[in-house]
Amino acid sequence: MGFEVLLKGSNMARLLSGLGVALKISLISVLISIVLGVILGSIMTLKKPVITFISKFYLEFIRIMPQMVLLFLVFFGTTKALGISMSAETASVIVFSLWGTAEMSDLVRGALSGIPVIQYESSYSLGMTVGQTYIHVIIPQIIRRMLPLSINLVTRMIKTTSLVMMIGIVEVLKVGQQIIEANRKSSPNAAFGVYATVFILYFLVCWPISILSKYLEKKWES
Amino acid sequence: MDPEVLIDYFPRYAEAFLLTVRLGFTGIFIAFVLGIVSAFFMHFKVPVLSQFFGGYIEVFRNTPLLVQLFFIYFGLPKIGIATSAEVCGAIGLGLLGGSYMAEGFRSGLDAVSVSQTESALALGMTGGQIFFNVIFPEAFTLSVPAIVANVIFLLKETSIFSAISLMDLMFTAKDLIGLYYNTTEALFLLVVFYIVMLIPVSVAGNLIERKVRYKMFGA
Repeated sequence: MGFEVLLKGSNMARLLSGLGVALKISLISVLISIVLGVILGSIMTLKKPVITFISKFYLEFIRIMPQMVLLFLVFFGTTKALGISMSAETASVIVFSLWGTAEMSDLVRGALSGIPVIQYESSYSLGMTVGQTYIHVIIPQIIRRMLPLSINLVTRMIKTTSLVMMIGIVEVLKVGQQIIEANRKSSPNAAFGVYATVFILYFLVCWPISILSKYLEKKWES
Repeated sequence: MDPEVLIDYFPRYAEAFLLTVRLGFTGIFIAFVLGIVSAFFMHFKVPVLSQFFGGYIEVFRNTPLLVQLFFIYFGLPKIGIATSAEVCGAIGLGLLGGSYMAEGFRSGLDAVSVSQTESALALGMTGGQIFFNVIFPEAFTLSVPAIVANVIFLLKETSIFSAISLMDLMFTAKDLIGLYYNTTEALFLLVVFYIVMLIPVSVAGNLIERKVRYKMFGA
């Protein structure tokens, strides 16, 4: 069935290191997205017309475009238009951070605007300062609302980063292709085993994360 | 940007656009049917079938479409299941979408309150009548926002078809960039065609969502 190819030499280790490449890109992008998303989301709640317009345009454009198109726009478009030649890794981190920031900022905005004014007023009437109100009342609630959704974003990011092979990054699928090509003679059925393994690997990475997200969502539902 | 190049490229993009839309909607149709069926089994906890579809939902929700398509298109033929790229694309999109749709429908079904079933029973309706006339319409209404989001998500995912050498919009753009190096024009048309495909769906989705929000009942 083609699984035996993976036992030869360092093939399995290569496949795993390919997965590592994809995971590294998603991890970096998620971290950038969380920081920028929190900032943008907080700014969006200020309700300044210009900021609302720009952020809305940014959000809508990023969300309506397939990530693959964004990847091509940044990777090929910038080279041609601006004359910058960036590595595929940089391009993909930029694209996934742009996308993640859009998603994240919308979550932050939703969570912030979902907190009723009464919460602030009650805290002030209890004599709390603005800082205390945020630290003890608002932020804990926001974290409870945000955390399951942000964890969910991590799995979406991991799934999306599989696209980077399309701009030439050697990640798990590409390594799989190379292994299949190299063993075309000795194991002609390698494609089944290798792609099934990649399939299972992605599942093993994403499944626990989405279980965690679901668990937290249920736990903090009230 | 050279207008002549744009005119020159236009027919190729139009052709790719039609292919993308056709495969996209075929996939979405499969996803719809699959989603409703699996949500039904999951909600009513039908033994064996609910475990089977539950497993299917988890597997397809937690893997990328690109990996699924590679497995279906390059992997399965090695054990004797070979199909054309078009069928693969539509089925792959349908399987991915089915798992997302199932979650949407299921949360709709779960949200319909028990008193609806009880009232219908008190009126003397049979099980089938209750499901088709009471529960399903209500659950469907409740799932509309999720369905709209999934349809847009799935249309965006069609861009991955290019990986199994289907001549979709993405493939056309890549091909033209490789052949003639008119990167700006090729990318411009790519963005325009995706906007033409997705904005109407997004607007229509918003309208439908607003409409059903007023008709919300029994929740």
